Amino acid sequence: MNNTLVLPLIIPLLTAVILVFLQGRIHLQRWISGASGLANIAAAAYILYQVKTDGIQTLYMSGWAPPYGIVFVADMLAALLVLTTALIGTCCIVYSFRSIGEEREKHYYYPLLQFLLVGVMGSFLTGDIFNLFVCFEVMLISSYALIVHGGTKLQLRESLKYILINILSSALFVAAVAYLYGVTGALNMADLSVRVAEAGQGGILNVIAMLFMIVFALKAGLFLFFWLPGAYSAPPTAIRTIFAALLTKVGLYALLRTFTLIFYHDHSATHSWLGWMAGATMVLGAIGALAYKDVPRILNYNVVISVGFIVFGLVSANKDALDGAVFYLLHDMIGKALLFLLGGMIIAVAGTKKLSQMGGLIRSHPYLGWMFFVTVLAIAGIPPFSGFAGKLMIIRGGFAAENYLLATLSVASSLVVLYSLIRIFMAAFWGEESERAGGVMEERKSDYRFKLLCGAGLLVLVIAMGIGAEWVYGFVSEAGQTLIQPAIYIDAVLKE
Amino acid sequence: MELYMSLAIGVLFTVGVYLILSKSLLRIILGTSFITHGVHLLLLTMSRLKTGAAPLLGEQAESYVDPLPQALILTSIVISFGVTSFFIVLAYKAYQKLGTDDMEQLRGEQNE
Repeated sequence: MNNTLVLPLIIPLLTAVILVFLQGRIHLQRWISGASGLANIAAAAYILYQVKTDGIQTLYMSGWAPPYGIVFVADMLAALLVLTTALIGTCCIVYSFRSIGEEREKHYYYPLLQFLLVGVMGSFLTGDIFNLFVCFEVMLISSYALIVHGGTKLQLRESLKYILINILSSALFVAAVAYLYGVTGALNMADLSVRVAEAGQGGILNVIAMLFMIVFALKAGLFLFFWLPGAYSAPPTAIRTIFAALLTKVGLYALLRTFTLIFYHDHSATHSWLGWMAGATMVLGAIGALAYKDVPRILNYNVVISVGFIVFGLVSANKDALDGAVFYLLHDMIGKALLFLLGGMIIAVAGTKKLSQMGGLIRSHPYLGWMFFVTVLAIAGIPPFSGFAGKLMIIRGGFAAENYLLATLSVASSLVVLYSLIRIFMAAFWGEESERAGGVMEERKSDYRFKLLCGAGLLVLVIAMGIGAEWVYGFVSEAGQTLIQPAIYIDAVLKE
Repeated sequence: MELYMSLAIGVLFTVGVYLILSKSLLRIILGTSFITHGVHLLLLTMSRLKTGAAPLLGEQAESYVDPLPQALILTSIVISFGVTSFFIVLAYKAYQKLGTDDMEQLRGEQNE
């Protein structure tokens, strides 16, 4: 029992409730949401410290021991993801101060952002499958409101599709929970794991596993990502950043959790399908990233590629690959947040989304240019930066599991990532200055510097994760250990 | 009894999927309602429809029905109610601003 576990959830929740009452007072809203972001980082860091020193932390709600009550579990994976979420969330909140515009801020922008964080934190921490559904819904309903916030024509059009897809996948989620409850009679994840192991995972449980696979694949953008490129190009930069960095990753976390903790007995039935989906995701994402010539779409397809890549780590299911998947997941959350922030700044500075109308920005915006360049190298996995260690471990694990085809695909997809992003860099920053560059002056210099500073904060994290990979690996390795040995998790939850 | 419920749920899912695949936005919203109805009945059916008293201790019966799925359904109902009302208002706003409820005309990348 450890009551601090509820802090990452309760801090944004209370903040959001307070912010609802301060609708017109924008400055106060900014101060409060910034302060709560910092408090959240501190709480998450403290939980990580506790998990590192004392092992897996659990919290039984109202003292009801599992499997009867709802339990919050922070193993190393959840603690790392909560800390990463707190960092990215705070960074996006601060970035919004100067970018989102007063009109949006007056209409409950900050409360919605905080509610989104509540859902994400809850999904990472919960140890109950129906509670996971509820946290998903908290996150998704806030994301519906955020994606249409401002109400431009493009946003209205895309959010209709986004909401429809998510209503369907949520309905399927409930159906899958119903089937699982019908077969096992349990909802607690650790208890489920025990019961599935006792019953032997065959026949009906494999079908249920496939249903969960479809649900989480829809949320994570694994193969069933058709909704993602359109939906993620509609909202403004700050919202898009938090979507790309957090929402699909929650789906990925759910995949990692269910297929290492509950359905890990029959690899030929479940993991081989996941393998095909991961391969197809990387290929289709790569085609999309190469085909488009506007910044948001290229970035969105890069999100898709990395989802396929992380699932490849899950499919190989050995220590190296799972370590790599965790490491790459953390890197990818921070890296994608940084990439989307800088991408949004490039669009704002150039005054256009289209690559063909940009050019020559390196003279007027050298810092933005070189920061973007370093980010691209980090995302592609060039050695001194953070993308390298995770990629190396995933690919090494893939070769050890004899997934040669997928390993080759994932190496090839890194080249595509590098090419597609460098193309943005070359088109936007090199060459002749285009006449559109007048857009620079529309934006105030101080705003530009402020936003650049937010990006620099994330960039420091990306570089530090790469240089200090050995140190980060100490944490990641422990997370991978829990994933590969579910007994550690089960013992921590069911026996105290 | 479970068999008949399963058939009814199957029909609800079929109707829902058929409506979601149509062009008009209102029919799509109706389709999502059908599917959520089906899902809630599925939750109820999956806990076995054996006879027993309502889950109230005051009933003092020999056996009770399973109380857990009822709590899950209640949660799921209010969530889908919130989402559906948001979806309907969004459809109304989209109709006002975009001037159509035909999903065929709401695709593509032109005019933005």
